[in-house]
Amino acid sequence: MIRFDKVSKIYSDDSVALDDVSLHVDSKEFVSIVGHSGAGKTTLIKMILAEEKPSKGRVLFESTDIHKLKSKKIPEYRRRIGTVFQDFRLIPNKTVFENIAFAMEAAGRTDEEIASDVPHVLELVDLGRKIWNFPHELSGGEKQRVAIARAIINQPDLIIADEPTGNLDPINTFEIVQILKKINDLGTTVILTTHNKGVIENIGRRVITMEKGKIIRDDKEGRYAI
Amino acid sequence: MFWTTTRRIMKSGFVSFWRNGFVSLSSVLIITLTLFVLGGVMFAGAILDTSLTQIKNKVDVNVYFVPSADETDILALEKKLQALPEVASVDYVSRDQALQNFKSVHENDQITLQALDELGDNPLGAILNIKAKDPSQYEGIAKFLDSESGDQGTFIDKINYYQNKTAIDTLTKMIAGGTKIAFGITLALVIISILIIFNTIRLAIYIAREEISVMRLVGASNRFVRGPFIISGIMYGVVSALITLILFYPATFWVSKVTATFFSGFSLFAYYTSNMPAIMSVILGAGILLGAVSSYLAVRKYLRI
Repeated sequence: MIRFDKVSKIYSDDSVALDDVSLHVDSKEFVSIVGHSGAGKTTLIKMILAEEKPSKGRVLFESTDIHKLKSKKIPEYRRRIGTVFQDFRLIPNKTVFENIAFAMEAAGRTDEEIASDVPHVLELVDLGRKIWNFPHELSGGEKQRVAIARAIINQPDLIIADEPTGNLDPINTFEIVQILKKINDLGTTVILTTHNKGVIENIGRRVITMEKGKIIRDDKEGRYAI
Repeated sequence: MFWTTTRRIMKSGFVSFWRNGFVSLSSVLIITLTLFVLGGVMFAGAILDTSLTQIKNKVDVNVYFVPSADETDILALEKKLQALPEVASVDYVSRDQALQNFKSVHENDQITLQALDELGDNPLGAILNIKAKDPSQYEGIAKFLDSESGDQGTFIDKINYYQNKTAIDTLTKMIAGGTKIAFGITLALVIISILIIFNTIRLAIYIAREEISVMRLVGASNRFVRGPFIISGIMYGVVSALITLILFYPATFWVSKVTATFFSGFSLFAYYTSNMPAIMSVILGAGILLGAVSSYLAVRKYLRI
């Protein structure tokens, strides 16, 4: 589903974010990427989201070369991917409902669909009571669940979670991981980056270890090896 | 689809205008200030214009004839004057008419009227009031009259152009200079305030830059991200224009009251109310344009990736 083909990202001679990375992620996989800060995890993810262009090589989503997409086509492409970040990235002056509705509006869904799907997805992440609250009225775990709800609302093919548990306590971390696993069980590909050993062991799936812009390990069964 | 999107953009713009109350307020205040300056420029222009025309209209050359002058000679001179290309109009006041004017001016002055009666005969001569198309042409007309009076000798009593000349020249120069200075100052003011508006709105959108990046990540098209900001910008403009137009009511009323004696016959308030549609469209148009364009430019920066 995702293929990195000898991808390098070079900012300058002594700042190489990705160094000749090749990688293949199959449909319905749950892949965790681990590594120190600056190992290239975030650059990798930005490439999938078409936020960064590779200096060399190409990145394919199914059969399309992401970085050959016309800029007009990029929003459409991004709607096929749901994103969850460490800092939640909710829109501060929109309510929980509006935050999720925004993703549906951007995708051109009808008002009827929005009215029926948003409460439904909030029930899934157990936030039905907070539908009219603003993000600053929610706890970290609740914000992250809103972000997940927004990520899955358009039934994407792929969920990207960039350190989704970085700002959360152990209980919320566990819950978020459970939700992501459930999403994966229902057939959505998940790519997750993390620093958290417990998370990796809890998931127990494929783990890619990165260091200095290179992939140094690729284990079928999850092990945190740094 | 198009209408759904447009409706959503509109709604989102209105909602964020309302929810970002403080940011909206500061933008509205800044734009109001600019529109006030713009309106002030328009009013200053109107005042200068009317004073100039008023002064120009007051300027004329009066030829006073001796009482014994023959009317046919005067009418002949009038014909000649009318034939001159510089002359806008020639107004003939006959002796009888002059007497009547004199009487009506001194209606309440019994002594003068009595003295006039004592004289028995009409002591006043006929007058030609000459208006030029342009104040600078009076000189030529006066010279022409001089040569005429040289030819025909005695029937012209006096020409009052030379008494007025210095006063007219000074006034013309003052107005021309004043207009230039006022134009320079207002141009500088308008440019400064436009820059401040751009900065204020850029700052307002800078606060929202994270929001913009989130919208893009969620897959919103550039139009869908930009739209609400432009709607908010237009709202800043509309609200500011309305505030400005309302504030101009008391402001122009006050100015008119204070300057009533100075600009006889010109009231800024009357000018404002009678030119309302024109002033309104300029102020409203400028407000909307400023709000929309500065929002567009400010968002554009965050839409490039």
